[in-house]
Amino acid sequence: MTETIADMTFEAAMTELERVVAALEKGDVPLEESIKLYERGAALKSHCAAKLKAAEEKVELIRAEAGRAIGTTPAEGL
Amino acid sequence: MDLFETEGDNAHDFTVSELSGAVKRVIEGEFGQVRVRGEIGRVSRPASGHLYYDLKDDRSVIAAITWKGQASKLTVRPEEGMEVIATGRMTTFPGQSKYQLIIDDIRPAGAGALMAMLEKRRKALAEEGLFDESRKRPLPWLPEVIGVVTSPSGAVIRDILHRLRDRFPRHVLIWPVAVQGERCAPEVAAAIRGFNAMTEGRPDLLIVARGGGSLEDLWGFNEEIVVRAASESRIPLISAVGHETDTTLIDYASDRRAPTPTAAAEMAVPVRHELLAAVDQRGAALSRCISTGFVNRTQRLRDLARALPRPETLTQTAAQRHDLWAGRLDGALGLGITRRRARLDPLAAHLRPRLLADLVARGRDRLGALRPEDSLTRRTERAQERLAAAGARLDPAFARAVAEAARDAARARATLDALAARLEPALRLRALADRLESTDRLRQTLGYRETLARGYAVIRGDGEVVTSKAEAAKAAVLEAEFHDGRLVLGAKKKAKAAPPAQGSLF
Repeated sequence: MTETIADMTFEAAMTELERVVAALEKGDVPLEESIKLYERGAALKSHCAAKLKAAEEKVELIRAEAGRAIGTTPAEGL
Repeated sequence: MDLFETEGDNAHDFTVSELSGAVKRVIEGEFGQVRVRGEIGRVSRPASGHLYYDLKDDRSVIAAITWKGQASKLTVRPEEGMEVIATGRMTTFPGQSKYQLIIDDIRPAGAGALMAMLEKRRKALAEEGLFDESRKRPLPWLPEVIGVVTSPSGAVIRDILHRLRDRFPRHVLIWPVAVQGERCAPEVAAAIRGFNAMTEGRPDLLIVARGGGSLEDLWGFNEEIVVRAASESRIPLISAVGHETDTTLIDYASDRRAPTPTAAAEMAVPVRHELLAAVDQRGAALSRCISTGFVNRTQRLRDLARALPRPETLTQTAAQRHDLWAGRLDGALGLGITRRRARLDPLAAHLRPRLLADLVARGRDRLGALRPEDSLTRRTERAQERLAAAGARLDPAFARAVAEAARDAARARATLDALAARLEPALRLRALADRLESTDRLRQTLGYRETLARGYAVIRGDGEVVTSKAEAAKAAVLEAEFHDGRLVLGAKKKAKAAPPAQGSLF
């Protein structure tokens, strides 16, 4: 619960969202805490949705020299 | 005349180069195009790019070369121990008196031989533990960057990108490699290691992919350097080489094997719209849970509120008890006083001031008796009385003692005289004399004469002991008695002899 949501990977955020939902579904969380959980859950949900919607394709070719990547070139027409 | 002229001297003298050239021509002419079957011996790959190796059987060895331009076109990369049918031409290397085979093409000598070699290698690598299940890493659930090792042209990368686009568009880095031939294995191995060595934008998943082909076409993916690179990769790796029925050694070393490049893309990422749906579902569950929580709590509050008793009912019983006891309070006070008075009266009757006064008087008496200064005074008085009585008795007693002593002396002298007359023995007389003397000494100590010996004198006036100046002045004759005799001190009147008298010793 200490990690900043903005830095979380989709998977981590999703996993925690599921944990939050499970905790709330059990229904034995005190009211104040359940409100906090809800707020965190809502933030996690937005983060996950944003991550999904922001996903866009980017294809690049590696330029290699002596077995090391020295740069990339955008790949066209693939 | 030349006696030593060589016979048969029509033979031509070759230079070495001429002879080497002739041999070269013969060999190249005779073996301009040959197919030879044999096992590949030691392979050398210098930086020039040319390939030097041996072809051998159980008895002979022929040196073989594949020039750089041709080497990249080989479908099979020559490896030691490989049974091949090579196509090429014979030539010589005059600089070293060598003959050698220039090979343009190599084919494995039958699939059976190649398969046997593959199996042998698989076992060796498996024994090293390169294929162990414990080395397999799980694929990331949603990789941010995917590295693809494949040919940038061709259907394979298109299939992969297409499927990724459908499911979840990602950042894809393509490391272009040759997917067959001599260059394939080193390039694929270098690409895998290269991706692992990246520090920025490093992929979190690798796909090594190639389309279908013959066993020889896929051979690069069986090579040890590729297998080792895949096994050592710290980035999880999916192998997708050939068709589903083709298995290459990289498939054993990879973390997952995909039957096709498309399948590899499916393994690589989840489906975005499904995830979106899942996220929405969690969001909905979240809202449902929180509102259910509120509804349940509201209901519970209402139920509890209903079960709470009305405030009046809590106080009614208490009010009634209060009224009951308050009503009895006034009567109880009067009754209490009456009861106590009844107990007091008989006792009060006995109480009189006289009783107290008597007690006080008695107490005072006892107190007086105990007063300390009175008691002291009385004791002092008693002591004084006793002292006075004792003093009164003292003087007569003293006089009596002196008189008794004198009488004793007189009696003793009389007795002595009587005895002295009677006793003849001198000793007896002497004893008596001693006794007399001691008795007389006693008498004298009790008398004043001894005192005279110490320098005192007794003054007599007219025969009486004079103890004061006034009496002396009145006397007609004063006489001083010393221890050795008396002296008349000038008579004013006729002196009268004064007898020795008892007087004050002081």
